[in-house]
Amino acid sequence: MSVPLQLLTILLCALATVLTRFLPFLIFSEKRKTPPFIQYLGRALPAAIFGMLVVYCLKNVNFLAGSHGVPEAIGIAVTVLLHLWKRQMLLSIAGGTVCYMLLVQFLF
Amino acid sequence: MEKNHVKRRALAAAFPRTLPILTGFGFLGIAYGIYMRTSGFHFLYPTLTSMIVFGGSLEFVLVSMLMSAFAPLQTFLLALMIQARHLFYGVAMLEKYKGLGWKKGYLIFGLCDETFSVNCSADIPRDVDKGWFLFFVTLLNQSYWVIACTLGGVLGSLIQFNTEGLDFVMTAMFVVIFLEQWLKEKKHYTALIGVIASVLCRLIFGADSFLVPTMICILAMLSFFRKPIEKAGDLS
Repeated sequence: MSVPLQLLTILLCALATVLTRFLPFLIFSEKRKTPPFIQYLGRALPAAIFGMLVVYCLKNVNFLAGSHGVPEAIGIAVTVLLHLWKRQMLLSIAGGTVCYMLLVQFLF
Repeated sequence: MEKNHVKRRALAAAFPRTLPILTGFGFLGIAYGIYMRTSGFHFLYPTLTSMIVFGGSLEFVLVSMLMSAFAPLQTFLLALMIQARHLFYGVAMLEKYKGLGWKKGYLIFGLCDETFSVNCSADIPRDVDKGWFLFFVTLLNQSYWVIACTLGGVLGSLIQFNTEGLDFVMTAMFVVIFLEQWLKEKKHYTALIGVIASVLCRLIFGADSFLVPTMICILAMLSFFRKPIEKAGDLS
């Protein structure tokens, strides 16, 4: 990809982001009350979205061939266990990542 | 004099609130900068994306977008899908961001996951100006991110160790956020809907085009199961 096309790609991402952040404020003006269904969605969506993002990160893992997703499974297990143990977000993320890096670099 | 006093008080109240973000963005931002640099990009790329996109998950995905063929529509749609959750942050902040004048524009521009959680949960002291407090939280958080991403981009060229697997930091981050969400709930209906819909759509539609069907599926299921979900009482 050439540099102008790269900049255009970045710009498109910025535009999409700005759009998603501003749209609710443009649709539901300062004066009107937010419809109950929109309020419900706002509260129900976060958990579903983060579940989706976890699956999205793993979308290219092949469970039938190669390392069968074993390093990913161990990396996630370490992240979860560290988090249940210490509840320190940074420690859990760092620990899981380092563990995964060691696995894919030395074992798999 | 009076105005500076108001600002300084708001900054003093906002800064401690952003300390966890300083640590988190420091680590993730440097990792992102290194990731982008080792993927072959100039360090100004992470600086630029952190300034104008300012959304961690999309910025990570953006690296792989930049390394494949130019696909404007797919890029835009995927970006919309990844960022779609901001629609709901906006909905949640409609009330709190009312009547804040020119600051409101920047507050909305900088409404990332972390800024949302601080600004949404903060009990702002009565003697602190609300507008300036929310503004400084947003500005500090974005500053941490831009500085960390740039730093990682600059250091990336000096890094000699093998960075294979560093991109797992994104997976780990979402796992932790998801787990935090999970631990807050009793019934996990919405979390399960997210995971089940994504896995099914990934199996049916393939790795490259399952996000849009997943979002539609999630919206449909959340609408259909609204009563039991609201009854479960897990929603904040």
